[in-house]
Amino acid sequence: MTFIYFIAGLLAASCFMCLYRIGHGPTAPDRSVAIDIFGTVVVGFVCLSAVVLRRDFYINLAIAWSLVSFIGTLALSKHLEGRRFDE
Amino acid sequence: MSSNMIVGYIFITIGAIFDFFGCMGLVRLPDVYNRLQAATKCVTLGTIFILAGTAIVTADPAISIKAGLCAVFVLITSPTGAHALARGAYLSGVKLWERSVVDKFKERAEEIKSQRGEAK
Repeated sequence: MTFIYFIAGLLAASCFMCLYRIGHGPTAPDRSVAIDIFGTVVVGFVCLSAVVLRRDFYINLAIAWSLVSFIGTLALSKHLEGRRFDE
Repeated sequence: MSSNMIVGYIFITIGAIFDFFGCMGLVRLPDVYNRLQAATKCVTLGTIFILAGTAIVTADPAISIKAGLCAVFVLITSPTGAHALARGAYLSGVKLWERSVVDKFKERAEEIKSQRGEAK
């Protein structure tokens, strides 16, 4: 099962590239895009954990993370547009 | 290893490779809109492949149904979030890359800005 480490390494490299863009992004929308993509990559990582560690509840974490990440993305985009949250 | 585990791990590997190249596009491309389209499309497909691989490897109906539900959520929410982010980025005044050739949102964005100026 050595190639599990290969897959986990690919996903960890993806996470670190997103973190690079969050840190170095020249503008605020760059950082917001990276946060959105980071949430989606982490959903895949949590599902890989569910397979490798054989724990069922990680799938529930993946569902919850995808929904929370979506709401965060919408809030960030509305903030970027310069609107208030109750409009 | 049984056959369903082999097929499922192949799916998971394809998904991880798609995620990796999507995030490479996030680092390498020149402006917000290029980064957004590269990363969103690749990472959505890759995550759905990983979820399908999870459903195939475990072969447990309780997990497979949840994985399919999560795949539907990702398939709906990820393009919606990307669309909202692109609109927010344009209206917040981020310029396109200087070698971009077409800008179809320009007139509509000016309309939106003038309407908002009247409202204030």
